[in-house]
Amino acid sequence: MKHSTFFWFVFPSVLLMIAFIALPIVSVVTQSLYSKHEQVIIVVENCGPFGCTQSTTVDQAATEALRAEEPLGKWAGLDIYKDRNHLAVNEVASAWVNSDGLPDFGRTLMNLPFYSAMAFTLTYTAVVTPLTIMLGFFIAIAVNSVARRLRGPTIFFSLLPMIVTPLVGSLILFWMVDARGILGTGLQWLANDPSLSVKASTPLMWAMLMVYGVWHSAPFAFIVYYAGLQTVNTDTLEAAMIDGASRWERIRYVVIPHLVPLTTFIALIQLMDNFRVFEPIVSFAAAAHATSLSYAIFNDLGGETRLLSSAAATSVLTIIFVAILLSPVLVRTWRDFGTQK
Amino acid sequence: MTIMKNLTLGTAFAALGATSALAGGHACAEGRVSIVGNEFPAIQSVAAAALECAGDTAEANLTADHQKINVAGMTGNPAEYTTAIVANSSIVALINEDVIRSLDDLVAEHGADIPQQQLITVDGKVMAVAFMANAQHLVYREDVLEQIGADVPTSYEDVLAAAQQIREAGIMEHPVGGAYAAGWNLAQEFTNMYIGTGGEFFKPGTAEVSINNEKGVEALEMMKALSEYMNPDFLTHDSNATSAEWEAGNVALMNMWGSRTGVLMDDEGSAPEVYENTKVGGPLTVGDSGVPATTLWWDGWTVAKNISDEDAVATFKAMKAGSSPDILNDETMSQAVWLMEGFQPQEVNEGVLASVAAGSTPYPMVPFQGLLHTALGDNIADYLQGNESAEQTLADIEAAYTAAARENGFLQ
Repeated sequence: MKHSTFFWFVFPSVLLMIAFIALPIVSVVTQSLYSKHEQVIIVVENCGPFGCTQSTTVDQAATEALRAEEPLGKWAGLDIYKDRNHLAVNEVASAWVNSDGLPDFGRTLMNLPFYSAMAFTLTYTAVVTPLTIMLGFFIAIAVNSVARRLRGPTIFFSLLPMIVTPLVGSLILFWMVDARGILGTGLQWLANDPSLSVKASTPLMWAMLMVYGVWHSAPFAFIVYYAGLQTVNTDTLEAAMIDGASRWERIRYVVIPHLVPLTTFIALIQLMDNFRVFEPIVSFAAAAHATSLSYAIFNDLGGETRLLSSAAATSVLTIIFVAILLSPVLVRTWRDFGTQK
Repeated sequence: MTIMKNLTLGTAFAALGATSALAGGHACAEGRVSIVGNEFPAIQSVAAAALECAGDTAEANLTADHQKINVAGMTGNPAEYTTAIVANSSIVALINEDVIRSLDDLVAEHGADIPQQQLITVDGKVMAVAFMANAQHLVYREDVLEQIGADVPTSYEDVLAAAQQIREAGIMEHPVGGAYAAGWNLAQEFTNMYIGTGGEFFKPGTAEVSINNEKGVEALEMMKALSEYMNPDFLTHDSNATSAEWEAGNVALMNMWGSRTGVLMDDEGSAPEVYENTKVGGPLTVGDSGVPATTLWWDGWTVAKNISDEDAVATFKAMKAGSSPDILNDETMSQAVWLMEGFQPQEVNEGVLASVAAGSTPYPMVPFQGLLHTALGDNIADYLQGNESAEQTLADIEAAYTAAARENGFLQ
């Protein structure tokens, strides 16, 4: 292809990517480096239906001048990244010096919002990603061996968890695991403990969030694998059958090698998605037990006073961590691409 | 969308009340009117009457997430929303961002008949017009208290004693309720309790937080003692879930919003045994400070700064009509403690009125209170779950607040 043809061919996509991906990231990075101006606080008298009280308010006229001078805000550099609500550099350093052994240091670390959010996010990603891939693979194998006439409805039902809106799906599960819900009561009966409550226990809440994560994203792995299964070379399969390979051996030596590139693709997407776990934490009202980086961003923007710079800093940290997490898979893809040439 | 559905419902019945004032439904204000606000029956009535006045082009977006969108929706020029319905906590963000205008001139010209007690003034300037009052107070089951032979509790210590008796009598395993969901609700309960101990949130005249003291510990300890008598899932129970527990007959004592008691006392959603015995008490106290452990709230409307004078006048007139005495009728009278003239207190309103009469403290209208509220909501659950000491939790809250306040320019 001529260079100019190629250029004009990709030009629209490049333009859209710059407008909708690159520029917003630049804007978020910029935002995270600035904090708000010093607010001029004055004491005033506020009156209302319950009488008058002495209170404080922001002196708008005085703050206006500061705003006009530096419309972006006050240059903060990396201060916001380093403060206690993010990387907590000083707190971690002093905990390292003062803590009484590693377990004590760990406890101090888990008491900092960023690190406790990371602990859950990473555990969630590490558990949910492989389970999703395995479950999706088994569903695909199972559906592929269903009689052709029944396949349509089976596929539809297998995809349901992904079709259902995440918030609704997790709400349904949330009600079912309530101490008085069907799953919650079932668990109490199984454990022979009438006071057992999933929502009151941190480990059970984590387990429930992960079960939900697998349930929700397994259909994605399934549909990708199912599409892959349709392209498995039937000649090879028949040859293996003639050679006396069992069903398991055919899957192990013919199907799985064929599907490995798809696994890379699913892992890539799932790592990204799982690292940004968010909806189940909101709809399970799980914030007391588990938070994630995305939840922290939501929390910063949802309070009565919005913390835009803090949310921006957490967003940038999320992007950096997703990039780190994906780097092995990306390197592998790059290598595969190289060898194919 | 639920917003649209609720509005249609709201419009349906508000039309009954509002048309009388409108001489056959003619628009009473000329200009653009667009409302954003919280979503509960009283606000729906106000918005519906205001829309009726403002004519066909007016819009209202009522949602529980109003405070996530009102600042953004009023920052542009012209602002998307010409008015935001706010409370004493949420008006602060609008004042901080300088997106609402002073109503002095509009009140002088078009609102001379608005009673003084409805005007919210900050530093002498009218910033909002309040139309209702709200507070949290005791809600109790009369039959259960009779069974154990206890008086109606007036303090949290009484509540604990009664709860102990109810549990020992085998009537209920978890007799105490409360909106203790981690986040805003939990922070609100701490705010009530800390005010009840006589504590001050900040060093006077500064943005420096000061809750890590024995009063903070006392407030946390009382919350933990109460949570021992709550459903183990209490950290996931917001006001809605707590109300549902009540209607299911699982709870006998709780601190609840006045604006929600109407739902508990009507004959929908619960058995006669529950709703007939649901009674409201006054605000509860904690310790011996004598200050009720509750906060007073008003809900009112504002006018956006970044709109034309014509639209501001139209918005003012429409909202004034929406919160005029004319909207009071049999249907709306029990929806809230209205501040307008002609309001006749109903049985469900007694709790809020008792809270006002007891001299409760209004929720602080302080620029950085919202940041502290967020920090409280994020950290208290750690203590209630027994993960750390009360002092550690209070220190965490102070540190989280300080970092946020520094980023927002309140602290250096």
